[in-house]
Amino acid sequence: MTTVHAVVLRAAGINCDLETQHALELAGAAVQRIHINRLKENPALLDGFQILVLPGGFSYGDDVAAGKILANQILHHLRDAMRTFLEKGKLILGICNGFQVLIKTGLLPGFNGGGQTSFTLTDNDSGRFEDRWVYLQPGTDRCVFLDPGRRIYLPIAHGEGKLVAKDAAALEQVRQGGYAAFRYVDAAGNPGPFPVNPNGSVDDIAALTDSTGRILGLMPHPERFVRWTQHPHWTRLKINEQEPADGMMIFTNAVRYIREHF
Amino acid sequence: MTVKLWRFEVSSKPGFRDVHGQAVLADIRECGVSSIQEVIFAKVYLIEADFDEVFAQRVGQELLCDPVCQDFLIGRSTVPAGPMPACVLEVHLKSGVTDPVAESVLLALRDMGAQTVEHVRTARKYILLGALTEKDRDRIIRRVLANDCIEEVVIGSDAEPPSPHTRPYELRLIELPIRDLDEEGLVRLSRERDLFLNLREMQTIQDYYRRIGREPTDIELETLAQTWSEHCVHKTLKSSVEFDCDGQVFHFSNLLKETVFKATQELSKPWCISVFSDNAGVIEFDEDTAVCFKVETHNHPSALDPYGGAATGIGGVIRDPMGTGLGAKPIANTDVFCFGLPNTPHDQVPKGVLHPRRIMKGVVAGVRDYGNRMGIPTVNGAVYFDNRYIANPLVFCGNVGLIPRDKCFKHPQTGHLIVVVGGRTGRDGIHGATFSSGEMTHQHEEIFSHAVQIGNAITEKKMLDTLLQARDAGLYEAITDCGAGGLSSAVGEMGAELGAEVDLEKVPLKYQGLSYTEIWISEAQERMVIAVKPENLEAILKIFAAEDVEATVIGRFTDDKKLTLRYNGVQVGQLEMDFLHEGICKYSRKAVWRTPCLPEPQFPSKDSYTEDLLAILSSYNVASKEWIIRQYDHEVQGGSVIKPLMGAANDGPSDAAVIRPKYHSNRGIAIACGMNPCYGDLDPYQMALSGIDEAVRNLICVGARFDRIALLDNFCWGDCSRPQTFGSLVRAAQACYDGAKAFGAPFISGKDSLNNEFVCEDGTRIIIPPTLLISAVGIVEDIRKCVTMDLKEPGNFLFIVGLTRKEMGGSHLSRLHGQTGGTVPKVDLNLAPQIAQRLSEAIADGLVRSCHDCSEGGLAAALAEMAFAGGLGIQADLRGLPISQDCRTAAEQLFSESNSRYLVEVTPACYHAFAKRMLNLPFGQIGEVVEQPRLQIRDAHQRLVIDADLDALKAAWKNPLSLG
Repeated sequence: MTTVHAVVLRAAGINCDLETQHALELAGAAVQRIHINRLKENPALLDGFQILVLPGGFSYGDDVAAGKILANQILHHLRDAMRTFLEKGKLILGICNGFQVLIKTGLLPGFNGGGQTSFTLTDNDSGRFEDRWVYLQPGTDRCVFLDPGRRIYLPIAHGEGKLVAKDAAALEQVRQGGYAAFRYVDAAGNPGPFPVNPNGSVDDIAALTDSTGRILGLMPHPERFVRWTQHPHWTRLKINEQEPADGMMIFTNAVRYIREHF
Repeated sequence: MTVKLWRFEVSSKPGFRDVHGQAVLADIRECGVSSIQEVIFAKVYLIEADFDEVFAQRVGQELLCDPVCQDFLIGRSTVPAGPMPACVLEVHLKSGVTDPVAESVLLALRDMGAQTVEHVRTARKYILLGALTEKDRDRIIRRVLANDCIEEVVIGSDAEPPSPHTRPYELRLIELPIRDLDEEGLVRLSRERDLFLNLREMQTIQDYYRRIGREPTDIELETLAQTWSEHCVHKTLKSSVEFDCDGQVFHFSNLLKETVFKATQELSKPWCISVFSDNAGVIEFDEDTAVCFKVETHNHPSALDPYGGAATGIGGVIRDPMGTGLGAKPIANTDVFCFGLPNTPHDQVPKGVLHPRRIMKGVVAGVRDYGNRMGIPTVNGAVYFDNRYIANPLVFCGNVGLIPRDKCFKHPQTGHLIVVVGGRTGRDGIHGATFSSGEMTHQHEEIFSHAVQIGNAITEKKMLDTLLQARDAGLYEAITDCGAGGLSSAVGEMGAELGAEVDLEKVPLKYQGLSYTEIWISEAQERMVIAVKPENLEAILKIFAAEDVEATVIGRFTDDKKLTLRYNGVQVGQLEMDFLHEGICKYSRKAVWRTPCLPEPQFPSKDSYTEDLLAILSSYNVASKEWIIRQYDHEVQGGSVIKPLMGAANDGPSDAAVIRPKYHSNRGIAIACGMNPCYGDLDPYQMALSGIDEAVRNLICVGARFDRIALLDNFCWGDCSRPQTFGSLVRAAQACYDGAKAFGAPFISGKDSLNNEFVCEDGTRIIIPPTLLISAVGIVEDIRKCVTMDLKEPGNFLFIVGLTRKEMGGSHLSRLHGQTGGTVPKVDLNLAPQIAQRLSEAIADGLVRSCHDCSEGGLAAALAEMAFAGGLGIQADLRGLPISQDCRTAAEQLFSESNSRYLVEVTPACYHAFAKRMLNLPFGQIGEVVEQPRLQIRDAHQRLVIDADLDALKAAWKNPLSLG
């Protein structure tokens, strides 16, 4: 079986790297955590990996705007390396702050080959940081990270997670083109106001993919629900330990995809 | 190209919400100004650089502005045209205050290829639309927009921002003659230099300098003042005490050693690894790993600057485990706050004091922003309200860390290099340790603005990431944090047995102009001191440099038992370590306690107590703290097992937090607290025992082992030079000994904060109630066996374990009815540990479906919480309640806050096994879980004394503290 190599990017203020590494390892990947400074020195380091994960945290304190400074570093130092990475059919996953970075680099939704910012993630409507659990309904069937149609339950923990479109056309393109990877819904799968949609995101969109389906950015934290005792009312559930927790779906699909394609 | 000052303004695009503007508008309305219609916010960047207009446009477009929802302009925006009067206010940081955003912008500009960037500053601009008197404007500036300690407001659209540049420092050695001063002169010297040393201490210092035959330099006096401050040496708690307790006389030669410490010593638990000696207490976790825990207060700074004070409070306590042994990895935060009532009218807030709502919002935001940025889950806490906290809010911040067993001790040696790591040193936080040791007045805001520290979580996070790498590589021999007293305390303590020499000019500074003394005593945040063998220096510096963390050799440890301080080669101070650490005079104090004789509260008998229950659930102390809890990331690091809010709708109040710190082990750490200031006025001894019992109960409820519980104490009191005030503290300390012994739960660390008093302009004194926070940490053998407090299934039985007594003193029902006297809940030191132990075993055996303790609001409130958290009803019958002889009325049975009581849900299948377990303990079946969503309680005469719909109960509990 192919060994799947994943890299979890570290940077000043990134703080979900260890649990993200753990989730990837549970899914069967061999994982390294690498600091952005090492990649800036040697972008070719990326060649050894098939999955790049930008984990959650507050890169550079979210100064200026969430994910902005790290996005700026990627744009100015890793643009070519990232392009090559994607052209080889590899996968990029951005979680929370990582999603904010992917949005701010223009890699998501990445219309017309990327580079343009047509969406942004900004302050929650509530005006404050929120840690709560949300239901997510897949909005596409062409993103390799998710099981089409399978609704999952995950926690969010962010202050700037409200997805905003630049204009109606951009939103329409996301809707029509299957770019909305997940939408916030209630337990029954229906849309709703806060707290169902916890931040006021346009069209209830919680996650975006690109035209290839090989990039996923999402605000919720799949790495925080990889075993059942992380569920917010696990003591009420009849738990089957064999059945994977919802967050594993993202990591397992990524590892399986690489195994099948490399 | 020449360097030019570029000014950028970034604001929301029309059609996009101006979140900050709206938040400020809401705050303005909240502080009573209704004439402002709108607030427009803009972020201002001032960049001194040599780039051209084209590049500047790129900076605006690509870096500073979010093109989707923001616009930028280069230069100054004008106020919107129209008839509405406008006021433009710009908030700038005072010269020398750290500006982390500016640092990130600088980094990003370099990434974009900018060549010469001399300086970056940021500011916030507010355009207030609407009529505004000068008085209201100043009030808005003071109360809403800016913190006078660190910020400066520029008024008007054309006004120039303050200059950021500071003058260089030239060495001028300052001697402060002391040998010939008389008593008055000594007191004056102490006051003028803000030393907070009393006459006896000044005389001790005078004697020392007479003996060595010279005058002290300023840095020597400052070092002594820091090291001898109440904050650092706890001279009150370590003093000898003559204690008159209701006529019975006790003598202590060292109060702390003969109460709190003594229990730990006598218990002598083999699983205690390091107690009361390091920056945090350390106990065994498993074969390879230990847990450390420390709780600190940051009260005075939070009163002046709630956001910054609380942020640096949490930032500071995180550095305690980081500075324990050879450094622990922080894995959880705790926070406990005491505030004035949020609905206090503005005109009842004393001058020089911020409104409790502003303090609360600021404190919560401070803990949130620092804790969340550090990536440490904030998992447990509590909030208490009482208007005696109005001028002295209490902010307790705790941190739990995980440390390898073989890294629990430090070994600095002669010849090791002293290396300062992390943030740079600035003028912030000067005199924090001494300032926090005194009482506050209405003028403090102005006088002590420099005592407030400025935090930057990302600097600390970077430092942490690299320190753990260096620790695991074995590259340093000792570590401690720069907390109160700054380098002075850190180096002074680490070198206490050896001696140390420091070259102060080597300390990296945020800006020029600091004197050698300011460098030495600055409490600038995010700094640690490590001892490094010279042969490891290169390797360790490489680790720091690789992730942009600054580390600098500033001196070395010697063998002369002297602390030698130099600046540019000139000796500016030298102190003998012995005098510095042992020279402080011993105190003897008097303490008195007289048990107040107040009548028992009387409650008229009623047919229904549903209204009382609803009122108690919606009282601030009992009401849901969800508004606070959800602002904290309580799940980062992926270890959460019992979250602060659990239950069918994720909103039931958990008794304790449980985390699983290692991904490949099912062993867990439980964290809880207990505190009951309401009882302290009546009986501080039982108050302290109640706190211990409550903390233990909370741990037991979630499934912690009974025989692995460790405690922490935090005493917050008023001025203990008053024998009565000190007497209540001594009573509490006695209870700590008795409680720890009875539960077999040693204290492993503690801290005190005294002089929490405020002198108003008219001379009246506001004194906090005696406040003892007990924090507790326990071990969970297998996290899969943890239980939560929400009811699980209809048809299950509800038991109560523990005896209900007529103990209405300080209860919520008494408070509700304005009754002040009475008997406070006692702890039966024989029975309480037995109950806790048996219940812990029952939970470990899987006999319990849910468990919740009875605390504030008594049985009725606990039943209500279990019911609405599980979305299931209860049919309860008080005939099943084990009671003392005198506990006769329904009011007493429903609302007495007797200790050591647990409500337990048991399935019919486990009924007998559970009952057998509880044999010979006071326990009874009190009810049954039902499908119908109502709480119904019948009294001994089968009258329906509580009958309420769960939605109504939950709404009463959830709404009061939703602050928006």
